[in-house]
Amino acid sequence: MVISNKPLQFIIAILIACLPILGFANNPSENTTSQTETTAVAHEASAESSDESSEIKEQIKEVIGHHVLDGHEFSLLEYEGEHIGFPLPIILWDNGVQFFSSSKFEHGEAVAESNGNYYVIHHEKIYKTDAAGTLTEAHGHPINFQPIDLSITKGVLTIMVVALLMFLLFAGLAKSYAKNGGISSGVGRLFEPIVIYIRDEIAIPNIGEKHYKKYMSYLLTIFFFVWFLNIFGLTPLGINVTGNIAITFGLAVITFVITTFTANKNYWGHIFWMPGVPTPMKIILAPIELLGVFIKPFALMIRLYANIFAGHVVLMSLIGLIFIFKSWLGSSLSFMLSFAISIIEILVALLQAYIFTMLSALYFGSAVEEHHHEEAH
Amino acid sequence: MEIPKIVGAGLVVIGAGIGIGRIGGSAMDAIARQPEATGKIQTAMLIAAALIEGIGFAALFAV
Repeated sequence: MVISNKPLQFIIAILIACLPILGFANNPSENTTSQTETTAVAHEASAESSDESSEIKEQIKEVIGHHVLDGHEFSLLEYEGEHIGFPLPIILWDNGVQFFSSSKFEHGEAVAESNGNYYVIHHEKIYKTDAAGTLTEAHGHPINFQPIDLSITKGVLTIMVVALLMFLLFAGLAKSYAKNGGISSGVGRLFEPIVIYIRDEIAIPNIGEKHYKKYMSYLLTIFFFVWFLNIFGLTPLGINVTGNIAITFGLAVITFVITTFTANKNYWGHIFWMPGVPTPMKIILAPIELLGVFIKPFALMIRLYANIFAGHVVLMSLIGLIFIFKSWLGSSLSFMLSFAISIIEILVALLQAYIFTMLSALYFGSAVEEHHHEEAH
Repeated sequence: MEIPKIVGAGLVVIGAGIGIGRIGGSAMDAIARQPEATGKIQTAMLIAAALIEGIGFAALFAV
Protein backbone atom coordinates (compact mmCIF):
# COMPACT_ATOMS: atom_id res chain seq x y z
CA MET A 1 0.00 0.00 0.00
CA VAL A 2 1.42 3.37 -1.02
CA ILE A 3 0.72 5.95 1.62
CA SER A 4 2.35 8.90 -0.05
CA ASN A 5 4.50 9.67 -3.05
CA LYS A 6 6.72 11.86 -0.90
CA PRO A 7 7.62 9.81 2.17
CA LEU A 8 9.87 12.46 3.69
CA GLN A 9 7.22 15.16 3.72
CA PHE A 10 4.76 12.60 5.01
CA ILE A 11 7.01 11.64 7.92
CA ILE A 12 7.61 15.28 8.78
CA ALA A 13 3.90 15.96 8.71
CA ILE A 14 3.26 13.01 11.04
CA LEU A 15 5.99 14.17 13.42
CA ILE A 16 4.56 17.68 13.55
CA ALA A 17 1.09 16.24 14.09
CA CYS A 18 2.44 14.23 17.02
CA LEU A 19 4.18 17.23 18.62
CA PRO A 20 1.35 18.03 21.03
CA ILE A 21 1.83 14.61 22.66
CA LEU A 22 5.30 15.67 23.80
CA GLY A 23 3.99 18.80 25.46
CA PHE A 24 2.56 18.43 28.95
CA ALA A 25 0.89 20.75 31.38
CA ASN A 26 1.50 18.67 34.51
CA ASN A 27 3.42 19.87 37.50
CA PRO A 28 7.07 19.27 36.46
CA SER A 29 8.10 17.98 39.90
CA GLU A 30 5.65 15.08 39.49
CA ASN A 31 7.31 13.95 36.30
CA THR A 32 10.81 13.91 37.72
CA THR A 33 9.93 11.50 40.53
CA SER A 34 10.33 7.80 39.83
CA GLN A 35 7.48 5.57 38.74
CA THR A 36 7.06 3.77 42.09
CA GLU A 37 6.98 7.01 44.01
CA THR A 38 4.34 8.50 41.81
CA THR A 39 2.10 5.48 42.12
CA ALA A 40 2.45 5.52 45.90
CA VAL A 41 1.67 9.22 45.97
CA ALA A 42 -1.19 8.64 43.59
CA HIS A 43 -2.68 6.03 45.94
CA GLU A 44 -2.54 8.37 48.90
CA ALA A 45 -3.79 11.26 46.86
CA SER A 46 -6.65 9.27 45.40
CA ALA A 47 -8.20 8.75 48.84
CA GLU A 48 -7.95 12.46 49.56
CA SER A 49 -9.01 13.63 46.14
CA SER A 50 -12.02 11.32 45.77
CA ASP A 51 -14.14 14.12 47.18
CA GLU A 52 -12.58 16.54 44.76
CA SER A 53 -13.04 14.28 41.72
CA SER A 54 -16.69 13.64 42.55
CA GLU A 55 -17.11 17.38 42.85
CA ILE A 56 -15.59 17.82 39.39
CA LYS A 57 -17.95 15.17 38.01
CA GLU A 58 -20.89 17.03 39.54
CA GLN A 59 -19.67 20.26 37.97
CA ILE A 60 -19.34 18.60 34.55
CA LYS A 61 -22.86 17.21 34.87
CA GLU A 62 -24.10 20.67 35.76
CA VAL A 63 -22.37 22.26 32.77
CA ILE A 64 -23.79 19.63 30.39
CA GLY A 65 -27.26 20.00 31.90
CA HIS A 66 -27.01 23.75 31.55
CA HIS A 67 -25.82 23.47 27.96
CA VAL A 68 -28.60 21.22 26.67
CA LEU A 69 -31.33 23.34 28.28
CA ASP A 70 -32.75 26.43 26.67
CA GLY A 71 -31.52 29.57 28.42
CA HIS A 72 -33.02 32.89 29.44
CA GLU A 73 -29.72 34.63 28.79
CA PHE A 74 -27.15 34.15 26.08
CA SER A 75 -24.12 33.01 28.05
CA LEU A 76 -21.10 32.14 25.97
CA LEU A 77 -18.66 31.46 28.75
CA GLU A 78 -18.64 31.20 32.52
CA TYR A 79 -15.25 31.26 34.18
CA GLU A 80 -14.60 31.68 37.89
CA GLY A 81 -17.82 33.56 38.48
CA GLU A 82 -17.40 35.79 35.42
CA HIS A 83 -20.27 35.52 32.92
CA ILE A 84 -19.57 36.44 29.32
CA GLY A 85 -22.68 36.91 27.22
CA PHE A 86 -25.70 39.16 26.99
CA PRO A 87 -29.15 39.20 28.63
CA LEU A 88 -32.36 38.48 26.72
CA PRO A 89 -35.85 39.90 27.24
CA ILE A 90 -38.19 38.07 29.62
CA ILE A 91 -41.88 38.18 28.69
CA LEU A 92 -44.29 36.68 31.21
CA TRP A 93 -48.08 36.47 31.18
CA ASP A 94 -49.05 37.01 34.80
CA ASN A 95 -51.88 39.49 35.45
CA GLY A 96 -50.99 41.21 32.20
CA VAL A 97 -47.69 41.21 30.39
CA GLN A 98 -44.55 41.47 32.48
CA PHE A 99 -41.61 42.59 30.40
CA PHE A 100 -38.09 42.96 31.77
CA SER A 101 -34.49 42.04 31.03
CA SER A 102 -33.04 38.74 32.18
CA SER A 103 -30.10 40.67 33.67
CA LYS A 104 -32.43 41.32 36.63
CA PHE A 105 -31.99 37.67 37.65
CA GLU A 106 -28.21 38.18 37.88
CA HIS A 107 -27.53 34.71 36.38
CA GLY A 108 -30.12 33.01 38.56
CA GLU A 109 -28.77 34.45 41.82
CA ALA A 110 -31.23 37.28 42.46
CA VAL A 111 -34.99 37.84 42.72
CA ALA A 112 -36.36 39.90 39.83
CA GLU A 113 -39.09 42.45 40.49
CA SER A 114 -41.60 43.64 37.90
CA ASN A 115 -44.69 45.79 38.71
CA GLY A 116 -44.76 44.52 42.28
CA ASN A 117 -44.42 40.83 41.29
CA TYR A 118 -41.33 38.85 42.26
CA TYR A 119 -39.82 36.04 40.20
CA VAL A 120 -36.94 33.64 40.62
CA ILE A 121 -35.31 31.42 38.01
CA HIS A 122 -34.61 27.82 38.96
CA HIS A 123 -33.14 25.39 36.39
CA GLU A 124 -34.23 27.74 33.59
CA LYS A 125 -37.85 27.75 34.81
CA ILE A 126 -39.38 30.95 36.16
CA TYR A 127 -41.40 30.79 39.39
CA LYS A 128 -43.43 33.45 41.11
CA THR A 129 -42.22 34.17 44.61
CA ASP A 130 -42.13 36.79 47.36
CA ALA A 131 -39.56 39.53 47.94
CA ALA A 132 -37.26 37.11 49.79
CA GLY A 133 -37.32 34.60 46.94
CA THR A 134 -38.55 31.57 48.92
CA LEU A 135 -39.34 28.42 46.94
CA THR A 136 -41.58 25.76 48.47
CA GLU A 137 -40.28 22.38 47.37
CA ALA A 138 -42.10 19.07 47.17
CA HIS A 139 -40.50 15.87 45.79
CA GLY A 140 -37.44 17.89 44.79
CA HIS A 141 -39.40 20.26 42.55
CA PRO A 142 -40.59 23.76 43.46
CA ILE A 143 -44.38 23.97 43.62
CA ASN A 144 -44.56 27.74 43.31
CA PHE A 145 -46.85 29.24 40.69
CA GLN A 146 -45.29 29.26 37.21
CA PRO A 147 -46.41 32.17 35.02
CA ILE A 148 -46.81 31.55 31.28
CA ASP A 149 -43.33 32.09 29.90
CA LEU A 150 -43.22 33.77 26.47
CA SER A 151 -39.63 34.96 26.80
CA ILE A 152 -37.25 35.39 23.90
CA THR A 153 -34.93 32.62 25.04
CA LYS A 154 -31.65 31.55 23.48
CA GLY A 155 -33.47 29.05 21.28
CA VAL A 156 -36.10 31.55 20.16
CA LEU A 157 -33.37 34.06 19.29
CA THR A 158 -31.53 31.42 17.26
CA ILE A 159 -34.71 30.46 15.42
CA MET A 160 -35.29 34.12 14.57
CA VAL A 161 -31.70 34.49 13.33
CA VAL A 162 -31.96 31.32 11.22
CA ALA A 163 -35.34 32.40 9.85
CA LEU A 164 -33.92 35.79 8.86
CA LEU A 165 -30.83 34.16 7.37
CA MET A 166 -32.94 31.74 5.33
CA PHE A 167 -35.25 34.49 4.17
CA LEU A 168 -32.41 36.70 2.97
CA LEU A 169 -30.51 33.79 1.45
CA PHE A 170 -33.36 32.31 -0.54
CA ALA A 171 -35.00 35.60 -1.44
CA GLY A 172 -31.63 36.64 -2.84
CA LEU A 173 -31.34 33.31 -4.61
CA ALA A 174 -34.75 33.78 -6.22
CA LYS A 175 -33.85 37.30 -7.28
CA SER A 176 -30.55 36.22 -8.81
CA TYR A 177 -32.44 33.94 -11.20
CA ALA A 178 -34.42 36.86 -12.55
CA LYS A 179 -31.30 38.99 -12.86
CA ASN A 180 -29.08 36.41 -14.55
CA GLY A 181 -31.66 35.00 -16.93
CA GLY A 182 -32.31 31.68 -15.20
CA ILE A 183 -28.78 31.00 -13.99
CA SER A 184 -28.01 31.08 -10.28
CA SER A 185 -25.08 33.12 -9.03
CA GLY A 186 -23.11 33.48 -5.81
CA VAL A 187 -24.29 31.33 -2.92
CA GLY A 188 -27.11 30.06 -5.12
CA ARG A 189 -24.61 27.80 -6.84
CA LEU A 190 -24.25 25.96 -3.55
CA PHE A 191 -27.95 25.71 -2.78
CA GLU A 192 -29.37 25.05 -6.23
CA PRO A 193 -28.11 21.44 -6.39
CA ILE A 194 -29.55 20.77 -2.91
CA VAL A 195 -32.94 22.15 -3.90
CA ILE A 196 -32.87 20.07 -7.09
CA TYR A 197 -31.85 17.02 -5.07
CA ILE A 198 -34.78 17.43 -2.69
CA ARG A 199 -37.14 17.77 -5.64
CA ASP A 200 -35.79 14.91 -7.72
CA GLU A 201 -34.70 12.42 -5.07
CA ILE A 202 -37.06 13.09 -2.17
CA ALA A 203 -40.27 14.74 -3.35
CA ILE A 204 -40.96 13.16 -6.74
CA PRO A 205 -40.18 9.49 -5.89
CA ASN A 206 -42.11 9.58 -2.60
CA ILE A 207 -45.05 11.86 -3.35
CA GLY A 208 -45.44 11.36 -7.06
CA GLU A 209 -45.21 13.51 -10.15
CA LYS A 210 -48.81 14.69 -9.80
CA HIS A 211 -48.93 16.08 -6.27
CA TYR A 212 -45.36 16.90 -5.30
CA LYS A 213 -45.50 20.62 -6.13
CA LYS A 214 -47.72 21.72 -3.29
CA TYR A 215 -45.46 20.03 -0.72
CA MET A 216 -42.15 21.33 -2.10
CA SER A 217 -42.22 24.60 -0.14
CA TYR A 218 -42.68 22.79 3.15
CA LEU A 219 -40.06 20.12 2.40
CA LEU A 220 -37.45 22.70 1.41
CA THR A 221 -38.21 24.86 4.45
CA ILE A 222 -38.01 21.96 6.90
CA PHE A 223 -34.80 20.65 5.35
CA PHE A 224 -32.89 23.92 5.46
CA PHE A 225 -34.36 24.94 8.81
CA VAL A 226 -33.34 21.72 10.54
CA TRP A 227 -29.98 21.63 8.79
CA PHE A 228 -29.08 25.21 9.69
CA LEU A 229 -30.18 24.78 13.27
CA ASN A 230 -28.16 21.56 13.59
CA ILE A 231 -25.07 23.27 12.19
CA PHE A 232 -25.61 26.27 14.49
CA GLY A 233 -25.73 23.83 17.39
CA LEU A 234 -22.20 22.65 16.56
CA THR A 235 -20.69 26.13 16.71
CA PRO A 236 -19.09 27.19 20.01
CA LEU A 237 -22.06 29.48 20.66
CA GLY A 238 -23.49 26.68 22.76
CA ILE A 239 -26.96 26.61 21.26
CA ASN A 240 -29.08 23.49 21.37
CA VAL A 241 -32.29 24.15 19.46
CA THR A 242 -33.12 20.96 17.56
CA GLY A 243 -32.04 19.02 20.66
CA ASN A 244 -34.99 20.57 22.46
CA ILE A 245 -38.08 18.37 22.43
CA ALA A 246 -40.44 21.36 22.27
CA ILE A 247 -38.96 22.46 18.93
CA THR A 248 -39.04 18.99 17.37
CA PHE A 249 -42.59 18.58 18.71
CA GLY A 250 -43.58 21.73 16.86
CA LEU A 251 -41.97 20.52 13.63
CA ALA A 252 -43.59 17.07 13.93
CA VAL A 253 -47.01 18.65 14.58
CA ILE A 254 -46.70 20.66 11.34
CA THR A 255 -45.96 17.47 9.41
CA PHE A 256 -48.88 15.73 11.13
CA VAL A 257 -51.31 18.54 10.35
CA ILE A 258 -50.26 18.71 6.70
CA THR A 259 -50.56 14.92 6.34
CA THR A 260 -53.97 14.84 7.99
CA PHE A 261 -55.53 17.75 6.15
CA THR A 262 -54.28 16.95 2.67
CA ALA A 263 -55.11 13.23 2.85
CA ASN A 264 -57.54 11.85 0.30
CA LYS A 265 -60.22 9.23 0.88
CA ASN A 266 -57.93 6.33 0.00
CA TYR A 267 -55.67 7.24 2.92
CA TRP A 268 -58.55 7.15 5.39
CA GLY A 269 -59.90 4.05 3.66
CA HIS A 270 -56.62 2.27 4.30
CA ILE A 271 -56.74 3.26 7.95
CA PHE A 272 -60.34 2.55 8.95
CA TRP A 273 -61.38 -0.10 6.41
CA MET A 274 -58.28 -1.73 4.94
CA PRO A 275 -59.23 -3.01 1.50
CA GLY A 276 -58.44 -6.55 0.44
CA VAL A 277 -58.40 -8.27 3.85
CA PRO A 278 -61.20 -10.32 5.52
CA THR A 279 -63.73 -8.37 7.61
CA PRO A 280 -62.54 -9.54 11.10
CA MET A 281 -59.04 -8.50 10.11
CA LYS A 282 -60.32 -5.05 9.08
CA ILE A 283 -61.72 -4.54 12.58
CA ILE A 284 -58.41 -5.56 14.18
CA LEU A 285 -56.34 -3.41 11.81
CA ALA A 286 -58.35 -0.20 12.22
CA PRO A 287 -57.15 0.70 15.76
CA ILE A 288 -53.57 -0.30 14.93
CA GLU A 289 -53.55 1.86 11.81
CA LEU A 290 -55.15 4.73 13.71
CA LEU A 291 -52.42 4.47 16.33
CA GLY A 292 -49.86 4.49 13.53
CA VAL A 293 -51.13 7.89 12.40
CA PHE A 294 -49.92 9.35 15.71
CA ILE A 295 -46.82 7.18 16.11
CA LYS A 296 -45.34 8.37 12.81
CA PRO A 297 -44.98 12.06 13.79
CA PHE A 298 -44.08 10.99 17.32
CA ALA A 299 -41.15 8.98 15.94
CA LEU A 300 -40.12 12.01 13.86
CA MET A 301 -40.07 14.14 16.99
CA ILE A 302 -38.09 11.65 19.08
CA ARG A 303 -35.58 10.84 16.33
CA LEU A 304 -34.44 14.39 15.68
CA TYR A 305 -34.50 15.38 19.34
CA ALA A 306 -32.64 12.30 20.58
CA ASN A 307 -29.98 12.39 17.88
CA ILE A 308 -29.03 16.00 18.46
CA PHE A 309 -29.43 15.80 22.24
CA ALA A 310 -27.28 12.66 22.46
CA GLY A 311 -24.68 14.19 20.13
CA HIS A 312 -24.35 17.25 22.33
CA VAL A 313 -24.16 15.21 25.53
CA VAL A 314 -21.50 12.86 24.11
CA LEU A 315 -19.41 15.76 22.83
CA MET A 316 -19.63 17.66 26.11
CA SER A 317 -18.84 14.52 28.13
CA LEU A 318 -15.73 13.87 26.05
CA ILE A 319 -14.56 17.42 26.64
CA GLY A 320 -15.39 16.93 30.32
CA LEU A 321 -13.02 13.94 30.44
CA ILE A 322 -10.11 16.39 30.20
CA PHE A 323 -10.96 17.70 33.66
CA ILE A 324 -11.32 14.20 35.09
CA PHE A 325 -8.09 12.72 33.70
CA LYS A 326 -5.94 15.80 34.26
CA SER A 327 -3.04 14.28 32.33
CA TRP A 328 -1.55 14.91 28.93
CA LEU A 329 -2.42 11.42 27.72
CA GLY A 330 -6.07 11.61 28.75
CA SER A 331 -6.45 15.13 27.44
CA SER A 332 -4.98 14.42 24.03
CA LEU A 333 -7.08 11.26 23.76
CA SER A 334 -10.18 13.22 24.73
CA PHE A 335 -9.30 15.92 22.22
CA MET A 336 -8.90 13.41 19.40
CA LEU A 337 -12.14 11.63 20.32
CA SER A 338 -14.13 14.83 20.52
CA PHE A 339 -12.64 15.96 17.20
CA ALA A 340 -13.73 12.70 15.58
CA ILE A 341 -17.19 12.94 17.14
CA SER A 342 -17.49 16.54 15.91
CA ILE A 343 -16.88 15.38 12.35
CA ILE A 344 -19.50 12.66 12.77
CA GLU A 345 -21.88 15.27 14.20
CA ILE A 346 -21.51 17.41 11.06
CA LEU A 347 -22.60 14.34 9.09
CA VAL A 348 -25.44 13.67 11.55
CA ALA A 349 -26.62 17.28 11.23
CA LEU A 350 -27.12 16.79 7.50
CA LEU A 351 -28.41 13.23 7.84
CA GLN A 352 -31.11 14.10 10.37
CA ALA A 353 -32.33 17.01 8.25
CA TYR A 354 -32.45 14.61 5.29
CA ILE A 355 -34.26 11.89 7.26
CA PHE A 356 -36.83 14.34 8.60
CA THR A 357 -37.54 15.66 5.10
CA MET A 358 -37.52 12.17 3.62
CA LEU A 359 -39.97 10.71 6.13
CA SER A 360 -42.23 13.76 5.90
CA ALA A 361 -42.31 13.28 2.14
CA LEU A 362 -43.07 9.59 2.66
CA TYR A 363 -46.03 10.41 4.90
CA PHE A 364 -47.33 13.03 2.46
CA GLY A 365 -46.95 10.49 -0.30
CA SER A 366 -49.05 7.95 1.57
CA ALA A 367 -51.68 10.64 2.18
CA VAL A 368 -52.17 11.51 -1.49
CA GLU A 369 -51.56 8.08 -3.02
CA GLU A 370 -54.12 7.12 -5.66
CA HIS A 371 -55.89 3.80 -5.35
CA HIS A 372 -54.13 2.11 -8.24
CA HIS A 373 -53.42 -1.39 -6.91
CA GLU A 374 -56.98 -2.72 -6.83
CA GLU A 375 -56.08 -5.93 -8.64
CA ALA A 376 -53.17 -6.68 -6.34
CA HIS A 377 -55.39 -7.39 -3.36
CA MET B 1 -33.20 -0.83 40.52
CA GLU B 2 -30.50 1.09 38.73
CA ILE B 3 -28.47 -1.90 37.46
CA PRO B 4 -31.25 -3.80 35.60
CA LYS B 5 -32.21 -0.58 33.85
CA ILE B 6 -28.67 0.07 32.66
CA VAL B 7 -28.17 -3.55 31.57
CA GLY B 8 -31.46 -3.45 29.69
CA ALA B 9 -30.51 -0.25 27.91
CA GLY B 10 -27.17 -1.84 27.02
CA LEU B 11 -28.92 -4.87 25.55
CA VAL B 12 -31.16 -2.65 23.45
CA VAL B 13 -28.17 -0.70 22.17
CA ILE B 14 -26.45 -3.98 21.25
CA GLY B 15 -29.59 -5.03 19.40
CA ALA B 16 -29.87 -1.72 17.58
CA GLY B 17 -26.17 -1.88 16.71
CA ILE B 18 -26.51 -5.37 15.24
CA GLY B 19 -29.57 -4.23 13.31
CA ILE B 20 -27.93 -1.15 11.82
CA GLY B 21 -24.79 -3.15 11.11
CA ARG B 22 -26.75 -5.75 9.20
CA ILE B 23 -28.55 -3.06 7.21
CA GLY B 24 -25.26 -1.42 6.33
CA GLY B 25 -23.63 -4.73 5.40
CA SER B 26 -26.54 -5.81 3.25
CA ALA B 27 -26.59 -2.44 1.54
CA MET B 28 -22.86 -2.85 0.77
CA ASP B 29 -23.54 -6.27 -0.74
CA ALA B 30 -26.42 -4.89 -2.77
CA ILE B 31 -24.38 -1.94 -4.03
CA ALA B 32 -21.53 -4.27 -4.99
CA ARG B 33 -23.96 -6.40 -6.99
CA GLN B 34 -25.80 -3.49 -8.60
CA PRO B 35 -23.72 -0.31 -8.52
CA GLU B 36 -26.24 1.42 -10.77
CA ALA B 37 -28.91 1.18 -8.03
CA THR B 38 -26.68 2.85 -5.39
CA GLY B 39 -28.95 5.85 -4.86
CA LYS B 40 -32.10 3.84 -4.26
CA ILE B 41 -30.33 1.38 -1.98
CA GLN B 42 -28.81 4.16 0.09
CA THR B 43 -32.19 5.83 0.56
CA ALA B 44 -33.84 2.61 1.71
CA MET B 45 -30.86 1.89 3.96
CA LEU B 46 -31.04 5.29 5.66
CA ILE B 47 -34.78 5.00 6.29
CA ALA B 48 -34.46 1.54 7.83
CA ALA B 49 -31.48 2.62 9.93
CA ALA B 50 -33.36 5.68 11.15
CA LEU B 51 -36.32 3.55 12.23
CA ILE B 52 -34.08 1.21 14.25
CA GLU B 53 -32.27 4.18 15.73
CA GLY B 54 -35.59 5.47 17.04
CA ILE B 55 -36.05 2.29 19.07
CA GLY B 56 -32.52 2.55 20.42
CA PHE B 57 -33.13 6.09 21.63
CA ALA B 58 -36.44 5.15 23.18
CA ALA B 59 -34.56 2.60 25.31
CA LEU B 60 -31.92 5.13 26.34
CA PHE B 61 -34.63 7.48 27.57
CA ALA B 62 -36.05 4.79 29.84
CA VAL B 63 -32.81 4.82 31.85
